Amino acid sequence: MSQTLSLTPLFSPFIEFGFMRRALAGCLALSLGATPVGVFLMLRRMSLAGDAMSHAILPGAAVGYLIAGLSLPAMTVGGLLAGLTVAVLSGGVARNSVIKEDASLATFYLLSLSAGVLIISLRGSSVDLLHVLFGSVLALDDATLLLLAVFTSVSVLALALGLRLFVLEGCDPAFLARISRLGPMAHYGFMVLLVLNLVAGFHALGTLMAVGIMILPAAAARLWVCNIGPLLLIAVLIAIIGSFLGLLLSYHANLPAGPAIVLTLGGSYLLSLAVGPLGPLASRWRSGWHFER
Amino acid sequence: MATGLGARRAADPVDYRFLGDGLSATATISQAPASGASPILRFDDLTLGYDRHPAVHHLHGEIAAGSLLAIVGPNGAGKSTLLKGISGELRPLQGRVERLGVQRRQIAYLSQQTTLDSSFPMVVHDFVAMGLWRAIGAFRGLDHGLRQRIAEAIDLVGLCGLESRPIGALSGGQLQRAHFARVVLQDAPLVLLDEPYGAIDAASVRDLAALVRRWHGEGRTVIAVLHDLEHVRQEYPETLLLAREIVARGATAAVLSDDHLARARQIAEGRGDEGQAAVCHAERASR
Repeated sequence: MSQTLSLTPLFSPFIEFGFMRRALAGCLALSLGATPVGVFLMLRRMSLAGDAMSHAILPGAAVGYLIAGLSLPAMTVGGLLAGLTVAVLSGGVARNSVIKEDASLATFYLLSLSAGVLIISLRGSSVDLLHVLFGSVLALDDATLLLLAVFTSVSVLALALGLRLFVLEGCDPAFLARISRLGPMAHYGFMVLLVLNLVAGFHALGTLMAVGIMILPAAAARLWVCNIGPLLLIAVLIAIIGSFLGLLLSYHANLPAGPAIVLTLGGSYLLSLAVGPLGPLASRWRSGWHFER
Repeated sequence: MATGLGARRAADPVDYRFLGDGLSATATISQAPASGASPILRFDDLTLGYDRHPAVHHLHGEIAAGSLLAIVGPNGAGKSTLLKGISGELRPLQGRVERLGVQRRQIAYLSQQTTLDSSFPMVVHDFVAMGLWRAIGAFRGLDHGLRQRIAEAIDLVGLCGLESRPIGALSGGQLQRAHFARVVLQDAPLVLLDEPYGAIDAASVRDLAALVRRWHGEGRTVIAVLHDLEHVRQEYPETLLLAREIVARGATAAVLSDDHLARARQIAEGRGDEGQAAVCHAERASR
């Protein structure tokens, strides 16, 4: 009985309030879809590319908003189009010129961002982009939840089918190019997954924080294991637990939900830095132990 | 490991003949292979380079299946470029390279500058298992037989007991052994090795050289770019001395003569003018 009581604060917000249950469902979807993509982003040293891509989809979503108001399909399609265009153009230039991948992505996302801002200013409209920037995880309606579920399902399925390809592309891309023609498909397929998850993420957490649920659990998990399979599982687990605790923190401390979730995930990263077996402190402790022996 | 190529080796002895001077710019790699030994590679006026700047030019000839061939030459001689051309990674500026009876994806190519990210969270077993791509592709799982092959390959290169070690925790020699184990699993009829013994210790060189001999014994064609001439004299019956063009090709002892080596150095040192001439030639050809 006492155990039940002690657990009540953990679950009662989700039992009592529908919007909390919806928020939790949205976060679970993002944890399953976006976090594994974040693991590969991190392993390919493209963590900041996720941030750049989130900027690249922002104008598309904003243009969708301008055309059709706060319309889920319009903003989603706009974000997808802008993100995919930037992904294809930057990937194409990086693979066929002396411009490296980071510079290529930077140039196209800057073009996309500035074009978006220009379009908005030309229309003379004071668009409220707060929804796009910071999301509305506590106001997820049925349509948005369905969209998150569909995007997550596609993402999980694609990752499961292409896992070996994504691992090879991340670990030894030249070897993949030698043994298979699927190298470019792995690259562009991964960028499509990234855009898909960022667009899903901006509905819940906003473009600026969608990257948080990708990268922070991935970086935290990397401090615990050094094999890709367990790494993916632990990252997803950290994302789920972090989202859950972040929503609770937001509820009990009356804080905005998006930042509370991302900050909680950041806390898991800091904790992993301190106690993770591959973190800097553990490494130092281990080497000291080695020499004392 | 599958040894389907073993029988061919017995039937097709390598042509060890010294094949003449081959000193002209339009050089010939080989005359007709020994009786019964079909060619696996044929070069037809092959010129390779980067950004229209030829690194090796006007190669003609064939390499017989089952050869164990060392490619030696000074820095900048175009040795690695030739391997890239053979593997299909580099498209010829002029002429062509024909791969006879071997698809591009069937070639095992261990390049000098690996793109492997050794910090990638992967253990030795999984790294070596990549070599099974042709057997398992993107989707097929590892059954008992394939796991057995992986274990044998790891054992063969002396990494037994390190299957679960992250690749980032391997020494340079151990990582190169893992690369060789991956090549073992590729079961390739044509193996290209680009300076495979750089920065590894003598014991590793000895073990990996034994593996190369084994591949040769199984009838595979092995072409290796090497710098250690003593090693080449001991291990490789045939050598191609390259200095942007073929200086000599044939039996190793004859190719690695003082005269040939001096000429290779001479060509390499005076390559500025020749290189420029070759650029002009390639540009004319591309118009």
